[in-house]
Amino acid sequence: MSIEQVLARHPGRSRDHLIPLLQELQQELGFLSRPAIRQVAEHLGLPASKVWGVATFYNQFRFQPRGRFPVVVCRGTACHVKGSAAVLAALQHELKIEPGATTRDGLFSLEVVACIGACGLAPVIAVGDDYHAGVTPQQVGRILADCRRRAAEDAPTKAAVEEALA
Amino acid sequence: MQVTINNRPAEAREGETILELARREGHAIPTLCHMKGLLPSGACRICVVEVEGQKGLLPACSHPVQDGMVIQTHSARAVETRKTLVELLLANHPDDCLYCVRSGTCELQDLARAYGVRRRRWPAGLRHHSLDVSSPALVRDPDKCILCGKCVRACEEVMGVAAIDFTHGGSWTVIAPAYGGDLNRSPCIGCGQCIVVCPTGALRERSQLDRVCAALADPELTVVIQHAPAVSVSIAEELDLPGGQDFNPQLVAALRLLGFEYVFDTGFSADLTIMEEAAELVRRIKLGGPLPMFTSCSPGWVRWVEQARPELLPNLSTCKSPQQMMGAVIKSWFAQRKNLDPAKIFSVSVMPCTAKKAEAGRPEHAREGRADVDAVLTVRELARLIRQRGIHIQELKPEHADLPLGMRSTAGRLFGGTGGVMEAALRTAWILLTGEDSPPLRVAALHGQDGVKFATIEAGGVKLQVAVANGLRHAQTLLGEIAAGKHPELQFVEVMTCPGGCVGGGGQPIHKDGEHALERRQERINALHRIDDEGMLRRSHRNWAVNELYREFLGEPLSEKSHELLHVHRTPVLDEEDALV
Ligand code: SF4
Ligand code: SF4
Ligand code: FES
Repeated sequence: MSIEQVLARHPGRSRDHLIPLLQELQQELGFLSRPAIRQVAEHLGLPASKVWGVATFYNQFRFQPRGRFPVVVCRGTACHVKGSAAVLAALQHELKIEPGATTRDGLFSLEVVACIGACGLAPVIAVGDDYHAGVTPQQVGRILADCRRRAAEDAPTKAAVEEALA
Repeated sequence: MQVTINNRPAEAREGETILELARREGHAIPTLCHMKGLLPSGACRICVVEVEGQKGLLPACSHPVQDGMVIQTHSARAVETRKTLVELLLANHPDDCLYCVRSGTCELQDLARAYGVRRRRWPAGLRHHSLDVSSPALVRDPDKCILCGKCVRACEEVMGVAAIDFTHGGSWTVIAPAYGGDLNRSPCIGCGQCIVVCPTGALRERSQLDRVCAALADPELTVVIQHAPAVSVSIAEELDLPGGQDFNPQLVAALRLLGFEYVFDTGFSADLTIMEEAAELVRRIKLGGPLPMFTSCSPGWVRWVEQARPELLPNLSTCKSPQQMMGAVIKSWFAQRKNLDPAKIFSVSVMPCTAKKAEAGRPEHAREGRADVDAVLTVRELARLIRQRGIHIQELKPEHADLPLGMRSTAGRLFGGTGGVMEAALRTAWILLTGEDSPPLRVAALHGQDGVKFATIEAGGVKLQVAVANGLRHAQTLLGEIAAGKHPELQFVEVMTCPGGCVGGGGQPIHKDGEHALERRQERINALHRIDDEGMLRRSHRNWAVNELYREFLGEPLSEKSHELLHVHRTPVLDEEDALV
């Protein structure tokens, strides 16, 4: 669904539409793009700075597309007790991004969620559809390296690119 | 309603807040987020007072007075609470006072002193946001921000721009433009209204004082200076002298003491602007538009039209502003008369405005790669220089500005206040339209600080319908009405970006309490009006120096030479990144 189609589901300029609109747009686009913010602002007759201000207030919104491997860190109580903060720090250090951001090469994005719901496996992180249980900061490097290897394997070979261009 | 405040009986008015009552009765209550005339936001809580029978302290700025209230503004608990609040604000505030441009005019510093804060109560939890120096007009330093929200409200509710807002939450909260970008990629028009309301050093002008001082020290350069009509009626305030008086002749003397070789009056080029603008108006009326024509001397407004309402660009006068007309004349006619190489002239202007800094840097205001105006100082920056040299302006012998560019009519001086450009323009448009030089000198309907003012002037079969928009937000209202077809016959509209006009500009003196902002602006306007009332030369077209410029150099208004030097082509600002809404 396009931005316009989402907006069309919310006729009327009431500010009550703001959060639902942002949520639905994120659902559709995977993140809140600049045009999305701008069009919401125009749709509701609000300044873009206001829409941006509201959107950044909530952790649920992201402003960059997810990476090919979205890394989700659980910050629930159980995970916290078992050291999820150190795991998050290790991820931030390795990826050089803050939660909510995506690496420049588009491979990884980092997110924290209140609870993944797998407290027995704490501390737990999800990388795409793969869940990693009992993660230690030391394992972070290996997990990310695995992803990078997989990405490299999938990358088209030079021959394939040449063939496609021919 | 009878109440008791600090043990004294007082008569309270229906619907007033505790703060209003206290101020009226002469009891000072500190505020940080309060803005007179706007709804209370209750963000800072520094205004709390004790009211008998109430469990908690009450915020004076938002709580209405009730009959029989017994109020203590400085009870032990109120004082202790305020002190704690200040200590909390200081917990993540840099200890930068010695280096801060607002040292001495900072409301946080004042509170820390008044409430006896003598040590850091909590270990410093400093934030590290980067300094935003992207705007040519102002600098944003979020580390010094106490999140009072006044800048946000000034930008949105006073100016109608809404370039900035609270973003993120909790301890990450920061005032910023949309998309987390810098001010130069936002709808900011550089008006500086946010600076004058900021209680701390978190917002300040982008200073060019160093460049000016370097130029003054360079023997190769001829350093000249112009000062705008609203400067000499306000600079005294920044030098701790009483406001509401004109210090023009003393200011000229001070500028010479500071080493400026020639001192000019922007009133001269205001007269020149009137000559061109009145001629342009008459031409539009005779040739059928586009009308209404809007004035173009206020750079914040011009910038806003370019980015927000490009369809109105044909209605904007093509005239440069007085600052830029003066700049262009200095580096052409004046240079030629004095046999000076324009490349060796350093042209400074003192403005009540921060947007003028941005204006001076625009490419259309340069010729052969040289800016017409090299540096723009605000009233505050000039006052710093005057103080640095230990000059006591009130003790100086009055001096005259240098001729011919120091010659001005009192119409030119009127430019400094809302309605002034219109009054000045009418005086000259009159003779062009009617052939008679007997214009109405004062048009009472255009005075005062109402948002939008209208006047219709009729004589000799000519009818002129004009309006004055006092501040950008009111201009937006007027534009809405025009679009709705409410003013089909309107011919000429003066727009000043800031409330009250240049007298209320973002480069004007900062007063710690914004309480009397309106009255101060009025005092400055009154001073300008007095100059006009007492003036001998009250029409721009009778300024002999301007006429000499036409005779010797430009030919006549709207001539080819005038167009080359004094007018611009206006183009919309492209918004490729969707950043300007
Ligand atoms: S300078 Fe004016 S437009 Fe820019 S942020 Fe400040 S108040 Fe808003
Ligand atoms: S920048 Fe200044 S005015 Fe704006 S919120 Fe911060 S302290 Fe208040
Ligand atoms: S809450 Fe009253 S002045 Fe801020």
